[in-house]
Amino acid sequence: MLSRTADHLFWQSRYMERAENTARILDVNYQASLLPQTPEVAEAGWRSVLSIFELLPAYTAKHGEIEAERVQEFIVSDENNPSSIVSSLRSARENARAVRGALTTEVWEATNQTWLEFRRHLKDGTLVRDPAALFEWVKLRAHLARGVTLGTMLQDEALDFLRIGSYLERADNTARMLDVKFHAVKGEPREETVLPRDPAAEFYHWSSVLRSVSAFEVYRKVYSSVIVPEKVAELLILREGMPRSLAHCMGRVHHSLKRVANAQSGETLRQVGKLKAELDYGKINEILATGLHAYLIQFLERVGDLGADISRDFLIPS
Amino acid sequence: MLPMFDEMRGTDRTRDHYLAYERWLGAQAEGLMQARREEAELIFRRVGITFAVYGDKDSGEGTERLIPFDLIPRVIPAHEWREMEAGLRQRVTALNRFIHDVYHDQEILKAGIVPADQVLKNAQFRPEMMGVNVPGDIYSAIAGIDIVRAANPDGSGSYYVLEDNMRVPSGVSYMLENRKMMMRLFPELFSRQRIAPVAHYPDLLLETLRSLAPQGLASEPTVVVLTPGMYNSAYFEHAFLAQQMGVELVEGKDLFVKDGFVYMRTTRGANRVDVIYRRLDDDFLDPSVFRSDSQLGCAGLVDAYKAGHVTLANAVGTGIADDKSIYPYVPDMIQFYLGEKPILNNVPTWQCRRKVDLAHVLDNLKDLVVKEVHGAGGYGMLVGPAATKAEIEAFRQVLISRPDNYIAQPTLSLSTCPTYVEAGIAPRHIDLRPFVLSGTQGVQMVPGGLTRVALKEGSLVVNSSQGGGTKDTWVLEV
Repeated sequence: MLSRTADHLFWQSRYMERAENTARILDVNYQASLLPQTPEVAEAGWRSVLSIFELLPAYTAKHGEIEAERVQEFIVSDENNPSSIVSSLRSARENARAVRGALTTEVWEATNQTWLEFRRHLKDGTLVRDPAALFEWVKLRAHLARGVTLGTMLQDEALDFLRIGSYLERADNTARMLDVKFHAVKGEPREETVLPRDPAAEFYHWSSVLRSVSAFEVYRKVYSSVIVPEKVAELLILREGMPRSLAHCMGRVHHSLKRVANAQSGETLRQVGKLKAELDYGKINEILATGLHAYLIQFLERVGDLGADISRDFLIPS
Repeated sequence: MLPMFDEMRGTDRTRDHYLAYERWLGAQAEGLMQARREEAELIFRRVGITFAVYGDKDSGEGTERLIPFDLIPRVIPAHEWREMEAGLRQRVTALNRFIHDVYHDQEILKAGIVPADQVLKNAQFRPEMMGVNVPGDIYSAIAGIDIVRAANPDGSGSYYVLEDNMRVPSGVSYMLENRKMMMRLFPELFSRQRIAPVAHYPDLLLETLRSLAPQGLASEPTVVVLTPGMYNSAYFEHAFLAQQMGVELVEGKDLFVKDGFVYMRTTRGANRVDVIYRRLDDDFLDPSVFRSDSQLGCAGLVDAYKAGHVTLANAVGTGIADDKSIYPYVPDMIQFYLGEKPILNNVPTWQCRRKVDLAHVLDNLKDLVVKEVHGAGGYGMLVGPAATKAEIEAFRQVLISRPDNYIAQPTLSLSTCPTYVEAGIAPRHIDLRPFVLSGTQGVQMVPGGLTRVALKEGSLVVNSSQGGGTKDTWVLEV
């Protein structure tokens, strides 16, 4: 496969995954904002959403005060924000268009239609009228994209690069979300966060974390216990069978990377394998003992390096 | 008043080959066709069958336009197509012989049939190609021949070749998608009549390209489609053809030349390329030979090509055969190379470079169509009868200052075909572009081609860049 083609596929699926995860995080925060809460807590929620995507400085520069509708607009429909959903969907579509010959007709059409319809939704004012419906729609389109990809693509390199892109992005997004949400409770250095003050608040906090990765029912099934932060962390970091956990994502990246291995990718594969092994054999107590924040920051760095290594080995060879 | 010829309706009755369609159309409920039109537009947009408009580089819906698709097919009876096909075969064969001759012994120049100056001093003549042999002596493997039917004073119609496109003719993807759309919207029409299929075009194209691979390859030839990139107006077609043939769609930056061979950069290292179906003009192919500012091509490509290590389809230098100043000589070429009488008519053409022709053209501007010799896409031309006095006078000055740059033809009364417009069904002018494939296995084509339609009332310009639309083209099998 052409390196350029692989590069477009990798980014196409990364951007689609990013759009989905962005919608997920916005959705749970929007749902939480419907519960009775103090203005401070509400503001902290939107602030943490911005922090997850590292958008707080850009938002403040543009809009100043935190305001729910503005934050949503900034993250959903602001074309000048390169991380917004509209920018992600545009990039996914542009990358797909550049290599539409490498995709099945169904995958291309689904991606193209998502883009066209999303723009229509923005014009129709769905975001203002019913934000939850729009977030749900983005998630559905992501499910569709994934389904049509698995259901129609030949299981060859093209599919592997698509999957490497999705899982790398998902690992990154889950880790970011965890980092911000744990900070919110532990009240570590970031002063913009606010502690939930009572058990009920704590329940809603952790259940929203779980819901953002569709893991609420999964948690109950796995632990059949009340929701405690340690187990939430364990589920989203170490549980291999949980499709949005770090362990699962790195397992899938490792699997696909092994299949596309070439003469120069040995070291990259070793790095992924090492990361995967650490997750496979890791224990949550150990991770928490060394500090979750430090752990996640290091994880994010390693995932970032992996992206660069994969680029060098396969996508933009000199 | 110019005579008229409508493809569907004769002077007093519907033509035989349209009877079945007319019966069907008459039986359709009110509103059905409108609903189908909307459905077609939705599907075209979702499929992304769009073309970019030159000059617009911003991405998004605004600059990716749909080519309007008309639901009423253009129907060609079997006997007409048989003759047209024979004529196309003959014409393209002669044109390929001409290009080979021009770059080798130049017999036709020596015989004084085509003026040597007209070839050797032509900007489309590529001296780099002198003495270069190409596989099968085939230069234009993919040719698009524009054909119109013009009304005669007695009300009958005659086909004419309007121009030959021997470089990078486009539009075949619309031919294929239009058929797919019609079969999807109106399946019952296809069970009522025997309409020649066209969907095997990509197979024929692949077979043609493979037949032109360099000799003595150790393995199956690797074929690629070379595109200028996704901002090119025909990008959809490039991607479509690559996908339909199951070959890589490459850009110049994906290719490199090493030790005289061409390779593409892949995720598993370098991969040799044997045949390049290039959708890029000569000028942009190789910055080390042609335009040095080109970012689209690949340095060293032309040397590898001249060494016979890679095939370019179409070959370099085919523009010499479709230049409008060469066009008037095509019937003579057919006589010269094949010893045959031309089957397809040429449009009578005045060459403004000749003093006597220029005088005639200047005297009759209001009745003539004047075209740039190297122009394409319907730009830079004057349609006398449709132009204002001021436009004619402005053009006259241009013509006087650069006569060499123009040819002129009578304004043909192009045939019309019923077409959906705002007010209902109305006749609109059409043309036809069949795609002719030449490989070592012979000349092949799918029946019909792309029918383009000028949607503006009275307009003769069918180019998509100027508001033209397309129709499905049916060649009946009986």
